[in-house]
Amino acid sequence: MFRNQYDTDVTTWSPAGRLFQVEYAMEAVKQGAAAVGLRSTSHVVLATVNKATSDLSSYQKKVFKVDDHIGVAISGLTADGRVLSRYLRNECINHAFVYESPLPVSRLVVRLADKAQVCTQRSWKRPYGVGLLVAGLDETGAHLYYNCPSGNYFEYQAFAIGSRSQAAKTFLERRFESFNNYSRDELIKDAVFAIKETLQGEKLTSAICTVAILGKDEAFHLIDQKIIQEIIDSIEIKEDAPAEQAPEQDEAGSSGAAPMDI
Amino acid sequence: MALRRDWVYENNGGTCVAIAGSDYCVIAADTRLSVGYSIYTREFSKICNLADKCVLATSGFQGDMKALQKNLAARHLIYQHQHNKQMSCPAMAQLLSNTLYYKRFFPYYTFNILGGLDSDGKGCVFTYDAVGSYERVGYSAQGTGAGLIIPVLDNQLKSPSPLLLPAKDAVTPLSEAEAVDLVKDVFASATERDIYTGDKVEIVVINASGIRQELMELRKD
Repeated sequence: MFRNQYDTDVTTWSPAGRLFQVEYAMEAVKQGAAAVGLRSTSHVVLATVNKATSDLSSYQKKVFKVDDHIGVAISGLTADGRVLSRYLRNECINHAFVYESPLPVSRLVVRLADKAQVCTQRSWKRPYGVGLLVAGLDETGAHLYYNCPSGNYFEYQAFAIGSRSQAAKTFLERRFESFNNYSRDELIKDAVFAIKETLQGEKLTSAICTVAILGKDEAFHLIDQKIIQEIIDSIEIKEDAPAEQAPEQDEAGSSGAAPMDI
Repeated sequence: MALRRDWVYENNGGTCVAIAGSDYCVIAADTRLSVGYSIYTREFSKICNLADKCVLATSGFQGDMKALQKNLAARHLIYQHQHNKQMSCPAMAQLLSNTLYYKRFFPYYTFNILGGLDSDGKGCVFTYDAVGSYERVGYSAQGTGAGLIIPVLDNQLKSPSPLLLPAKDAVTPLSEAEAVDLVKDVFASATERDIYTGDKVEIVVINASGIRQELMELRKD
């Protein structure tokens, strides 16, 4: 009831000490198509669901290469995401120009977070309506960050954002402790699996998801659709015969019964 | 050396050469960096790989050369982000011209040659002055040894005039190996008489299979 009185302006506090416009911006992220990120000690994988508004149109780009060692996946207002990606790319190029070395990931996410914060404290602006999963690799190792419209950022081992992301988060919560030791291929497989969880019954094909990876000896790049289809096929085979197949996928069969959360 | 406070340039000497072939391009530059009558280093590369089909060789003031290379490399990165592909050699040629003219009233003291393959896979060479005036040619030389090299290339490569109609192909009918040998010969000759040219010549060849590099020793005096 009280929300409506204090939610017109981003610079108006509510009596409970909340900025509703910022919270509404975070809602916009939850409405976007799902995006997941996972990291091991040497690799980071990002995967997104390609949602097209109609059968006639193409899907929007949600994964952007920022530099050889950094990539982002977005969820929410994709236009805001595109603009922020351009900002991130510029920051990386300028840093590399001056310092002849890649921009450390933690510094990039701080700049992004500060940029988002500005929009929460100017009456003539609005917060960015997009959440970014920033995957990067620098001297301190592999990193996965989540940047909110609020200007906050958090580091994660694995995370999922967007619509129906809770299903993916539940899946990741069960497995994340072993991610650090995962091989590159295991990480990709789990990312595809997490995306499958968000689809909740819809058929998973390589056309409906985009997967990108970066690693110690691997610049950030999108994985070819054919390879993704092969991974999807191998997951489906394992689901049909869960008992006797590869030992490390022992949970593959049981995840068919994963709780269908929000 | 730079005791005058109003003279901000230095000529670091050196020579660059490029020859365009029907399906390859050879770009070469010596590796000596000098100031006045001294040598700063014998192992300095004047060549920069800007794109997978585009290489820049620069003689003149190496401080400006480094800045120019970094500038173009950054612009190329932006281009790749926006267009999802590498820049073609003719596109890079125009970019270089614009970048040089941008500093028309405080120029880059650089004498550039851009070499690579165009979108048809044919060799192309673009030659520049310090403020961005450029032309596509069949071969070129820039730098302190250019005056000794260009007459020899004119004699050997017999490039038709660009003013002729119908337009004749500027690229040489020489094979890749013959062009590389010619480049080695002209550098050896220029080294004899030009004090700023010598030590080593770095030869880069671009063809359909990619970019390869070789080094040849030159006289060190």
